[in-house]
Amino acid sequence: MLSSPFITTPGSVSQIMLRVLLALIPGIAAYVWYFGPAILVSIALASVTALATEALMLKLRNRPLKPFLSDNSALITAWLLALSIPPLAPWWMVVVGTAFGIAVAKHLYGGLGNNIFNPAMIGYAVLIISFPGHMTHWLTPHAIGLLELPFADQLNYIFHGILPAGLTLDAVTTATPLDTLKTQLHLGLSVNDIREMPIYGFLGGKGGEMVALGFAVGGIYMLAARIITWYLPLVYLAALFSIAGFFHLYDPAHYASPMFHWFSGAAMLGAFFIFTDPVGSPTTRQGKVIYAAGAALLTWLIRTFGGFPDGVAFAALLMNICVPLIDAYTQPKVFGMKGDGK
Amino acid sequence: MRTLFRFHGGIHPDEHKLESSESPARRAPLAKKLVLPLHQHIGNGAKVAVQVGDRVLKGQMLAGAQGMISAAIHAPTSGTVTAVAPHPVPHPSRLGGLCIHLESDGEDRWIALAPLDFHAMPKSELLGKLRDAGIVGLGGATFPTHVKYGLAPGQRIDTLVINGAECEPWITTDDRLMREHAEGIVRGIEVLRHLSGAAEVLVGIEDNKPQAIAAMRAACAAAPIEVVVVPTLYPSGGEKQLIRILTGKEVPSGGRPTNIGVACNNVATAYAIHRFVDHGEPMISRQVTVTGNVRVPQNIEVLIGTPLAEVVACAEALPGTSGYILGGPMMGLHVDDLHLPMVKSANCIIAKSGQLFPPPPPAMPCIRCTRCAQACPADLQPQDLYWFAKSNNFGKTQEFHLFDCIECGACAYVCPSHIPLVQYFRFAKSEIWQREREAQSAEVARERHEFRQFRIEREKQEKAERLAQKEKAALAAKPAVPAPLPVAADPNADPDNTLQMRVDADIARANMQMRIDAAVARAKEQAAIVQPKNTDDLTPHQQAEITEIETRRAKLREIASHAGADDEPSKSN
Ligand code: SF4
Ligand code: SF4
Repeated sequence: MLSSPFITTPGSVSQIMLRVLLALIPGIAAYVWYFGPAILVSIALASVTALATEALMLKLRNRPLKPFLSDNSALITAWLLALSIPPLAPWWMVVVGTAFGIAVAKHLYGGLGNNIFNPAMIGYAVLIISFPGHMTHWLTPHAIGLLELPFADQLNYIFHGILPAGLTLDAVTTATPLDTLKTQLHLGLSVNDIREMPIYGFLGGKGGEMVALGFAVGGIYMLAARIITWYLPLVYLAALFSIAGFFHLYDPAHYASPMFHWFSGAAMLGAFFIFTDPVGSPTTRQGKVIYAAGAALLTWLIRTFGGFPDGVAFAALLMNICVPLIDAYTQPKVFGMKGDGK
Repeated sequence: MRTLFRFHGGIHPDEHKLESSESPARRAPLAKKLVLPLHQHIGNGAKVAVQVGDRVLKGQMLAGAQGMISAAIHAPTSGTVTAVAPHPVPHPSRLGGLCIHLESDGEDRWIALAPLDFHAMPKSELLGKLRDAGIVGLGGATFPTHVKYGLAPGQRIDTLVINGAECEPWITTDDRLMREHAEGIVRGIEVLRHLSGAAEVLVGIEDNKPQAIAAMRAACAAAPIEVVVVPTLYPSGGEKQLIRILTGKEVPSGGRPTNIGVACNNVATAYAIHRFVDHGEPMISRQVTVTGNVRVPQNIEVLIGTPLAEVVACAEALPGTSGYILGGPMMGLHVDDLHLPMVKSANCIIAKSGQLFPPPPPAMPCIRCTRCAQACPADLQPQDLYWFAKSNNFGKTQEFHLFDCIECGACAYVCPSHIPLVQYFRFAKSEIWQREREAQSAEVARERHEFRQFRIEREKQEKAERLAQKEKAALAAKPAVPAPLPVAADPNADPDNTLQMRVDADIARANMQMRIDAAVARAKEQAAIVQPKNTDDLTPHQQAEITEIETRRAKLREIASHAGADDEPSKSN
């Protein structure tokens, strides 16, 4: 290098992304603990698909393979997508969602750093719009007395679509706690009655709440390691808490508690791993705050009034669109333009 | 305890100071041939005052200051002027510069030296003497010192900031100087205090130099000078940053420290002033750190004009050296050619090796992680500037305050994608200057043309009128009414033309020219790296771009006229 600065930090994109993957591990571990190893199968499937699609797209776009395949960004997309869809989803769904996210949302927009939308969330959106039926069959958590499918049979279903004789998919799966809440509220039950059902735990859904806690642990690690800044996750969680809390206080029978919103669905995953995707979020501090607050409001609105089981993915995609505008209106004052003093 | 203020961002690169900071400074042996560039400071080059063949004494003025912003150049030793000819000089442009070549006679015989009773003379006289002694800022920017203290009427300096922060890694010359010559530095500060009339004098030193702090504290004990320890954080030694840390005030964007009642000078400059005022010695040498891939890293007192090769030889470069950095690793200049002469701005020479300065991994795309923005001491958004510079959207780079970038390199240092951000910013600046210059000459041509048209028209009209009047006169057979005399403009009605304005303009012009030359050369070199490959099919886009630039010209001109000492690399002088 013939121009200053002549030194740089040892950090790299692939190292940062690797740490994000590491931060996902506590959540994944909790997932395996409460729901069995099927999630690892979808993660593996998604990872292989993501790398293969990435390689293919790089070839088509005439880009070098090695630096981009080893930047670990495709793996993050893969893992986030796998964690957002039911582990029992047929194998081709994982493949289609991941491939679409990487090929269309990432590479057609210009590859790493240029995508407007979060590729994993695009993959998720495609799946939930194209195959809504498959997206509602979630595994039941262990040891709550519901029928559980053995792992071998799970594999058989994922790869061949075959269930043991006499079983239907509905019998061995459940809707998500968020989804159940919404349907039951429609049927006239109150939040408290619904929360008595066996799939619910202290904070959110049984098992699911622990997974969310795992993601929060990973998120705190990322904050401590300065991989992400606190503005986005903390403002998101605080805003979600306030909005949900306000309505919960107003009418506890019809609006779930803020804790429930925090620990159900993808809120924690979103707060620390999805909304914080640097490429699709604002760059200014103030912008991050606005983005996070908007995402929280949308999450709550979609969860409460929308037709989808969770609101995080669509909140992310809708906020992705606003980023250029948010950035443009939140440019900080530069040095020497703040007037005297502070 | 004084309350310190923070500037935004900053980084903590490995310091590498201990290598060279622990041994006393040495003196370099006298070189046989010295080369003295006439342009070693910001502003106009010095004007040669000797002839080839002249025998000169050590300390004799070889070239005098030329214009308001300039400084003199002196013979660093006694000998014979052998030539006044271009020679490669250490400058980003890598162009040669006019230099005085001096062959030393080995006697090192001084002119008659006499100390100066600075209290006894008017300030303007003292300023003139500093200029003629070639005193310029030694912190890196080499801004002539006398200019800083030539205040316009009504301007006041409340605080004098003395910069001993020395925040760049590897460099230890100010550290050594403060340890070994604290008394002298304080003498120099006294002169600056006298000149500025400042009530408050603050010496800022980073907390990684405890011995320098102790030495300076001891030397300042009896004087109304406060030594302030500031946290180690690059670039706290940037002029604007240090002023912010110590006073909480921000030098306005595009402005100068005097705008907020502050003057700032480096400790090495203060020491040079002491050498001049107390011993009569003009600026003919400076201390430089020689470090990196060398056997004996150390600080060396070197005569200006000594070939860098001889300076490096004192420290013995080790095998594996692949070029040198003149200055620090964050803002310095890469040099291959050690025939370059030592100049007043050179505070450090670092021998590079693949191990100490490994080439960065290939650049990846920007992932908008904003680590650069978090590190930027100027509160800029480097990722946006990069985006616009890369897409040749220079108008936008200006809107995003490109010209507030001090090129400190903090952003590029932290970038996980290893994007050479500063190169893009220099490239964008140079492109803008280039276009501005072209636009300006086009404008001048247009105005000239229009005026000519106007004159021709006017003459035609006058002729016609005269003709008509003549006819009328002939017709009426009585004398024509004389046309009223045009009211002459009052030549004295130019109240704005104050000294300060002229100084400003002078700085701006001289500085711009230098920076344009440098930038254009640099841009050529960097074009290959940063210019998009498909420039041919960019024509409509560029056309649009130029139109856009045109509309922003007013703003640009303002920025350009402010491109004075302040956004020169952020070192205080
Ligand atoms: S640090 Fe590098 S990758 Fe991150 S936003 Fe800045 S330029 Fe982009
Ligand atoms: S080089 Fe410019 S943009 Fe980068 S950190 Fe320094 S001031 Fe900011």
